[in-house]
Amino acid sequence: MSEVLIIAALLLTAFMATAVVLTRDPARQAIVLSGYGIVLAVLFVVLQAPDVAMSQTGVGTVVVPLIVMLAIHAIRRHHTREPDEGDES
Amino acid sequence: MTGRVRLLVLAVGGIGLAVLFALAAFRLPGFGGTVHPYGQRTLPNALAHHTPNVISSINFDQRALDTLGEELILMASALATVLVLRTVRAEQEESAGEHAYGAAQVFDALRITGYLLLPITLMTGVYIVAHGYLSPGGGFQGGVVLGSAIHLVYLAGDYPALARIRPIPMFETGEALAAGAFVVLALWFAGQVKAMNAVVGLEVGCAFVLALAKFFEQALLVRKDS
Repeated sequence: MSEVLIIAALLLTAFMATAVVLTRDPARQAIVLSGYGIVLAVLFVVLQAPDVAMSQTGVGTVVVPLIVMLAIHAIRRHHTREPDEGDES
Repeated sequence: MTGRVRLLVLAVGGIGLAVLFALAAFRLPGFGGTVHPYGQRTLPNALAHHTPNVISSINFDQRALDTLGEELILMASALATVLVLRTVRAEQEESAGEHAYGAAQVFDALRITGYLLLPITLMTGVYIVAHGYLSPGGGFQGGVVLGSAIHLVYLAGDYPALARIRPIPMFETGEALAAGAFVVLALWFAGQVKAMNAVVGLEVGCAFVLALAKFFEQALLVRKDS
């Protein structure tokens, strides 16, 4: 039973990782990355590492996608505000 | 650096990593076996020091020096984020009040969910830190929950409110004090798992709030001088 669970969790992780790579729009990719973070946390729980799963949920599901979204927003904002200026960022 | 040189450097690094990884992976004990050399050494030590959560015992007692390194890495990266994303001379910062991302622009359901989740999430964070030595969790996990929880205020639709409840100087002070306290605890008071848990929770929470605050400023407030 536990081996079936582990294989299922691994397959799900591989599926979500592929989905992240195949999503081309960065903003959508951040959301898919968040989903991948949850699936990875499930894998860690299945492998009996709840402490790591908690870190993974916090960092991989919330903080990293949030930082990516904020960075994308900042870049878009700078580009729409100053269309003529060469933006070096 | 031309593209070819860059590829060459990448290839050398990649091959080196692959070789080292393969060497390490082939010497790993079998998956799911009955022999756990590391567990056999850490478990008695954790029980002898009355820390039921073995992971916390390893993090804050048996391998506290490693954790010290990790904490300082986290502090250094938070510091670097604050430095790199500061408002430079060619930019200026709008006051948070100009951004009325208020009630009108956010769904009611989202606002209510945000406000309801805020106290629950904060409590969960405190619980994870406080019970880190007993059950899964600990300073880092709880700190991340605490550090990201207050951003629910922004999710609920109000950036000025978020800016009010997280005064940056206070979090900078908290970060510095907690990091200093952790160094003292790790070097001179080994084995204080509960105290180290709390201090790490504070340090991690402050670090995430500071780093995210800088990203929020860049995304919402900072603009070039026109």
